[in-house]
Amino acid sequence: MEVMMNKTTDSNSERREMVINMGPQHPSTHGVLRLELVLDGEVVKEVRPNIGYLHRCFEKYAEELGDYASVTPYTDRMDYVSAMNQELGYVIAIERLLELEIPERVEYIRVIISELQRIASHLLGIGAFGLDLGAFTPFLYLFTEREKILDIFEKTSGARLLYNYMTVGGLMKDVPKDFKKDTAEFVKTFRPKIKELNDLLSYNKIFINRTADIGVLPEKVALNYAASGPVLRGSGMKWDLRKDDPYSIYDRFDFDIPVGSGEVGTLGDCWDRYMVRVREMEQSLRIIEQALDGMPDEGDVTEAVPKRIRLKEGEIYCRTETPRGELGYYIISDKKGGPFRVKARAPSFVHLSMLPSISKGSLIADMVAIVGSIDIVLGEVDR
Amino acid sequence: MGMLDKKYHDSNIIIVSLESALNWARKNSLWYEQFGLACCAIEMMATAASRYDFDRFGIIPRSSPRQADVMIVAGTVTLKMASRIKRLYEQMSEPRYVISMGSCSNCGGPYWEHGYHVLKGVDKVIPVDVYVPGCPPRPEALLEGFLKLQEKITGETIIEGKKEDSDKETKTGT
Amino acid sequence: MEYQTGDIGEPWILVETSSLKPVMKTLRDDPQLLFDVLMCLSGVHYQKEEELGVTYHINSTSLGHKLAIKVRVPIENPHVPSVESIWKTANWHEREAWDMVGVIFDEHPNHKRILCPEDWEGHPLRKDYVQQEFYQGMPTGD
Repeated sequence: MEVMMNKTTDSNSERREMVINMGPQHPSTHGVLRLELVLDGEVVKEVRPNIGYLHRCFEKYAEELGDYASVTPYTDRMDYVSAMNQELGYVIAIERLLELEIPERVEYIRVIISELQRIASHLLGIGAFGLDLGAFTPFLYLFTEREKILDIFEKTSGARLLYNYMTVGGLMKDVPKDFKKDTAEFVKTFRPKIKELNDLLSYNKIFINRTADIGVLPEKVALNYAASGPVLRGSGMKWDLRKDDPYSIYDRFDFDIPVGSGEVGTLGDCWDRYMVRVREMEQSLRIIEQALDGMPDEGDVTEAVPKRIRLKEGEIYCRTETPRGELGYYIISDKKGGPFRVKARAPSFVHLSMLPSISKGSLIADMVAIVGSIDIVLGEVDR
Repeated sequence: MGMLDKKYHDSNIIIVSLESALNWARKNSLWYEQFGLACCAIEMMATAASRYDFDRFGIIPRSSPRQADVMIVAGTVTLKMASRIKRLYEQMSEPRYVISMGSCSNCGGPYWEHGYHVLKGVDKVIPVDVYVPGCPPRPEALLEGFLKLQEKITGETIIEGKKEDSDKETKTGT
Repeated sequence: MEYQTGDIGEPWILVETSSLKPVMKTLRDDPQLLFDVLMCLSGVHYQKEEELGVTYHINSTSLGHKLAIKVRVPIENPHVPSVESIWKTANWHEREAWDMVGVIFDEHPNHKRILCPEDWEGHPLRKDYVQQEFYQGMPTGD
């Protein structure tokens, strides 16, 4: 910790501001993030986030690899907590450029897997948020549920965390025989767990005291900072890319968009953002049930996968809704075998730039709650 | 314990060398410094959670390097982060160990070719005791890494002290 | 201003740097356009034409339309006016464009590198980038 004292030349009171480092190694910053806090006693006057400690050159790799299909494993590793959604965004962008027709079975499997991944990501986000604030029990209970989802993914793709399962035009291989049975059973056993989570954590008085009225984000500020996902919905705006700019087959399903309502505090505080995530998990269960009903039983998942991908010149900006917000891929293609430029617009990068404006005047302990409620993943911020 | 006291007909006597006793105590309570950098950190958290429990081996997480025996470098080490890792390693008190978890900290991992900002292996800045391969390694693989570290500790002596040559060579002022 | 397309994908509008800020302000404030969100800002290096480009993707949440805008500047004098006063989210995106590609944004409040370290040499996403061999005594290659 570096402590620098700046004496202000105020003759009446000797107010001294301290600059303290929080991170890059810190148990509560969700990764390698360095926050320089300018403090007046315990009150935070200014926050300067420093990032780049996990900059892994994803965009350089996408250009140098020379092959559209080889980029998919690197998209996994950007937001490693919800890898399937990252792959889906990239794959849909290339398919739009190619104007490919995707088989029905592939679309349904993609939706089921994306929603399962959304639930798994929220479980980790909520568990880590509770852990930061001192609630150790929900973390262990939620991780048990997350392991069940990772079991399903392991049977499907072979890996627990970083899958490389979706390809341009389809999937790497078909789902195993008991995929439908396993998923239906998971949906049945998970519903009561959400009620258990609400009893343990959401309406717990200590949790409410630590998160209500903290880190309030007004809607206009959120839009100017291009917030999206649960952060924007926590401020009361009903904006979800699955309904407002539909991709894949999401327009066939019936589900609600939960928004924050200032139930236990101000509209747009940490509790609202947290509760939006909990309610989103219920809606994901609804989508999975509808998709399981409508999924065709027959079909080849690799029939539309092109043997070689050669694109003409052009560009596209394709956005999808990940558990953290709007993930955008800006791809410029030229006549070579690989992309000319890939830019990944990560939601956590954009949300972290909002941190200085929503945390003025809070205490150090509140900083932990605010950073946890925005739910950032540093792999995405630094790419 | 049960085998020994049946042998000596007196349940409260164990005869063992001081080194074995010390090593046995040290290896069964390795406290690690939670230093998750990237994707491997999620598997480290999963290993510490309910299904693949770390606590049954006596391994618990500590936030500060001063209170830890082991540093698990889990994730990609970038050039910006490398000097901070060195500083954290120097803050740990001896005897200290390092487990390099995942391909990125073993040798650069998937970023070995065009990664201009990635350090190709954490052993370029600090000495490593156990390498756990995988991308990310399964929780069982990390547990095996700890068991291998326990084997290494069993064979240590208290007379010579742990050899820390490479650490002395690379010590800088940062 | 010029409307352009590629062979596939989405079209864009090419704008001169001198009229960039007034155009962006109109796009945000005009009641029939109301582009209130800047989704993405990317820097691109066009090696063949020896130019740097910046692409802006904007979106209107109330009226539901999207637009892509590009500017191009020569590589010897890559100055582009900053739109940080119009959409605050451009702050970090422009810092990243400076870090990766080398576009200089005029009137930016904090024009520093964001991802690479402060003393890094070069702009990594340029096509002719050669990585430095050592950084603070550590080898960057094998």
